[in-house]
Amino acid sequence: MPEPVVDLRGVFKEFSGRVGRLVALEGIDLAIAPEEFTAVLGPSGCGKSTLLNMVAGFDAPTRGEVLFRGQRVSRPDPRRGVVFQEAALFPWYTVLDNITFGPKTGGVAAADYGPRVDALLEQVGLRGFERHYPAELSGGMKQRVGIARVLVMEPEVLLMDEPFGSLDAQTRSVMQELLLSVWERRQQAVLFITHDVEEALLLADTVCVMTARPGRIKTRLTVDLPRPRTLEATTSPRFNELKREVLGLIREESRRAAREPAR
Amino acid sequence: MGSRRVPLFLILPVLLLGVWYLAVEQRWVAEGIIPAPAQVLESWRRWIFGAPTRSLSPYSGTWVANVLYSGRRVLEGFLLAAVVAIPLGIFVGWNRLVARVVDPSIQLFRPIPITAWLPFAIAVFGIYDASALFLIGLGAFYPIAVNTSHGVRDTNLLLLRAARMLGAGERTVLLKVVLPSALPSIFTGLRLGIGVAWTAVIVAEMIAVKSGLGYVLWDAYYVGRMDICVATMFSVGLLGFVSDQVILRASQVVLRWRTLERHA
Repeated sequence: MPEPVVDLRGVFKEFSGRVGRLVALEGIDLAIAPEEFTAVLGPSGCGKSTLLNMVAGFDAPTRGEVLFRGQRVSRPDPRRGVVFQEAALFPWYTVLDNITFGPKTGGVAAADYGPRVDALLEQVGLRGFERHYPAELSGGMKQRVGIARVLVMEPEVLLMDEPFGSLDAQTRSVMQELLLSVWERRQQAVLFITHDVEEALLLADTVCVMTARPGRIKTRLTVDLPRPRTLEATTSPRFNELKREVLGLIREESRRAAREPAR
Repeated sequence: MGSRRVPLFLILPVLLLGVWYLAVEQRWVAEGIIPAPAQVLESWRRWIFGAPTRSLSPYSGTWVANVLYSGRRVLEGFLLAAVVAIPLGIFVGWNRLVARVVDPSIQLFRPIPITAWLPFAIAVFGIYDASALFLIGLGAFYPIAVNTSHGVRDTNLLLLRAARMLGAGERTVLLKVVLPSALPSIFTGLRLGIGVAWTAVIVAEMIAVKSGLGYVLWDAYYVGRMDICVATMFSVGLLGFVSDQVILRASQVVLRWRTLERHA
């Protein structure tokens, strides 16, 4: 395996709250190769967003190391682009100003990022919406902006925290295909958080199935479906085999969780 | 504003005017205490446009001058307050350390009514404009500072993270994320502040200076001109309303993105 872009080694994360300490993540080892699309699949509350926040540099592990290109992550960085679940666009900026926020902040000349922005607008289907404000956009369109403003920074890893989780089923499919086409064009490291089994299998090369509280990586599974993929992939026999396997793992996990006393 | 055919907002004022008219006409109150609506209107007219013959009365043709005195004081005091309160509010809202140092003092001084400061202001600044400016500025300062710091503190964590993830440093975060995000609150503070400023100017002019609407109000009371008192009250109310509308309109222009949000 080539030098990983993202490398988590023995990561523990605890939160101290009103009712004592809560172990969110326990002994996480996870490496993402430069062109690898990794999905982390788990039930809500398993700490998968916490995991992403640590890679992003929003949060630090209690124990263990989070490395990016061999360096300890200490703060957010444009080389690790984050797409949030609720898009998190700046409501006072137009679509175009949201997308150019990163390059402008970094002092990049308009002549340099201009063509890139132009190509991106085309690629994510935002042409004609440049002057709209986020409030005028649907959920799916907002998330296109969220993706474009990160891609314009040409990050080395894309961190996506259930980016399509709040979209309706149809829009979600459209966005998944969009992400696939973006990824095929520029194969890069992706860490994609989701609780949707089909989404994980459709998009990723590797799926990490997590356990609930404390969050651990139960199984790492290679998705050997051919690339390039489209939504068609979800109807193939191999896809269904993989899906059955993952669902089995999840069912096993929820049975175990049900047997344990509530903590 | 509801139905287009009946201007609903007129119902209450017309009703009040009717009660006022009847109260005087039917002698519900002792004669001479409250002037009739028509008398107030006539005195107000004369106060604005002057009497047909040359008059030395202080209530003839002096309205504009007094409005300008009061208006200028309100504007200056209000701007002074905004210039100090907005930056301070931003730092208090943004920096926990600054908040711990400054916030308790603001909360301690805030309950002191502006009227309670009057003797202090006159002792320190004398019967001059500076006294009025101090009182108006102080009164407007609190709502602007407090609302600004609340607005800053309420900045969405995700937006801060998004900005930092895109490479923004503290300065960019403050100017491009925190400030625009706090603007709606800041405008709320400004609207409350201009209201307090009009209260403060009347109090200050009653006692601490010798011109303006507040001075006229108190003076007219002493010489038994209740008609001028009532006309002054309406004048202040009108000016307060207009200045509030100016700020409201300005906020609608600056916060266009927000009006879109509400219609979405």
